Amino acid sequence: MNVVLDTIIQGILLGALYGLFAAGLSLVFGIMRLINVAHGDFIVLAAFLALLIQQVLHITSPFAALAVLIPLMFIMGYILQRVILNPTLGKSILRPVLVTFGLSVIIQNGLLEGFSADSQKLQAGQFAVQSIPLSHGLAVGLFPLTTLIVCVAVIALLQWVMYHTKLGRAFRATSDDQVTASLMGVNWRNLFSIATGITMATVAIAGVFMGIRTGFGPSAGPDQLIFSFEAVIIGGLGSLWGTLIGGILLGVAQSIGARISTDSMLLAGHLAFLVVLMVRPNGLFPRRGD
Amino acid sequence: MSLLEIRKLSAYYEDFQALFDINLHADQGETIAIIGSNGAGKSTFLQSIAGVVPVAKECILFNGKPIGGMNAWDVVSGGIALVPEGRRLFSSLTVEENLQMGAYRAAKGDWTLEKIYELFPRLQERRTQAASTLSGGEQQMVAIGRALMSNPKLLMCDELSLGLAPIIISQIYATLAKVKERGTTMLIVEQDIRQALAISDRFYCFRAGRVSLDGLPREVSQDQISRAYFGV
Repeated sequence: MNVVLDTIIQGILLGALYGLFAAGLSLVFGIMRLINVAHGDFIVLAAFLALLIQQVLHITSPFAALAVLIPLMFIMGYILQRVILNPTLGKSILRPVLVTFGLSVIIQNGLLEGFSADSQKLQAGQFAVQSIPLSHGLAVGLFPLTTLIVCVAVIALLQWVMYHTKLGRAFRATSDDQVTASLMGVNWRNLFSIATGITMATVAIAGVFMGIRTGFGPSAGPDQLIFSFEAVIIGGLGSLWGTLIGGILLGVAQSIGARISTDSMLLAGHLAFLVVLMVRPNGLFPRRGD
Repeated sequence: MSLLEIRKLSAYYEDFQALFDINLHADQGETIAIIGSNGAGKSTFLQSIAGVVPVAKECILFNGKPIGGMNAWDVVSGGIALVPEGRRLFSSLTVEENLQMGAYRAAKGDWTLEKIYELFPRLQERRTQAASTLSGGEQQMVAIGRALMSNPKLLMCDELSLGLAPIIISQIYATLAKVKERGTTMLIVEQDIRQALAISDRFYCFRAGRVSLDGLPREVSQDQISRAYFGV
């Protein structure tokens, strides 16, 4: 019984990390139907940038580096959308996919050039290994628990922005009908750039949490992308809470797989994804009208 | 000086020229009807003014300033609002959120949610409903209310009567008459000639992208309008 419970708890905590990866992807897709194939590479880039910020500013905690990294990634996201991605938007969904695929290659090779192929890790000291004992010999790691709390907080914040602010209203209106939104005074070029800026701010957080949890190298991006995609699609395109549930489902499936045999961890996650797709092709919580 | 002056406006809809050298003006407080059959270029004309269809800068003067080819999002804050053909409400937003979107970059003025609800009491009852669940007439009310929320000096309405029951059309035009009384200048595009002429001070008839007739509604005969409308 304890083994089952432990597997599920660890799975939920792992899934929270995937939810954090996927939050930004879900946001951008929900607002502008843009699929960013380089999303995973940006997570890895954020982790490397956190490392760099720590070294340059002599900061010991990777969390403190977030104070610089979040605004930096926001600005980078804004410029990325305004200069590179906005011109690719239009009738064909293929153009942004190809352009972000190109970005993915550039980021991976840029990181290889700048940081070498060595695997890196962000050091969070004792915090990363401490655990809180629960009853009956169960324990949860302090860091994975923090990941879950941060993931829920990030998604709750995004959800609040989307449904309780003027900015969020404009995001949803533009997602419904871009031309009519422009008649209301919405400059979509600026609005989309803000959306990507926000996404990159979440990517900064995701990158730091990933970097503390696992080692990462320049070519780790595509794996993070797959997990993010699966979380978004399991949850239902465009639904933020769905994305969190999707991430957790993926984490639990992987955790169960790992319990059966360490080799089958990733396979179990992909199988869970396929099962959800077969049973509910639009995901668990599809948005109306999609 | 006219509030709106259009000089030799030509516009293209994709590769096809939809408007040829249109001249038109609207004075402060005037209501202008633009009538004409399907494909005469009426909607393209309104979209040119709203900034959705690109046109040359000097063709459109608003308050004496050239605004042709300006981005749609800058046109609205200057005081021009369009009620688009087919309503085009934001379907996933509630009625109230749709109205609030109208005020996203409003010009200065005194339209508020309360005043819109006074104008259309039915919308207040339905304020938390998704816009897509409303009847056609109610949707049209939201579309008009949304445009008014931007405090327009010039309100442009495209085919308000499309797909609505006659009684609803009368109600909507009765409301427009109230907006007119407040001194708002209006351009009304309609296929329903009777409604449009009844509310307007002057009219223009479009045919194949050109103005085929213009004047005062009471000074032209049914026959003249028919000829200008159908070209026979």
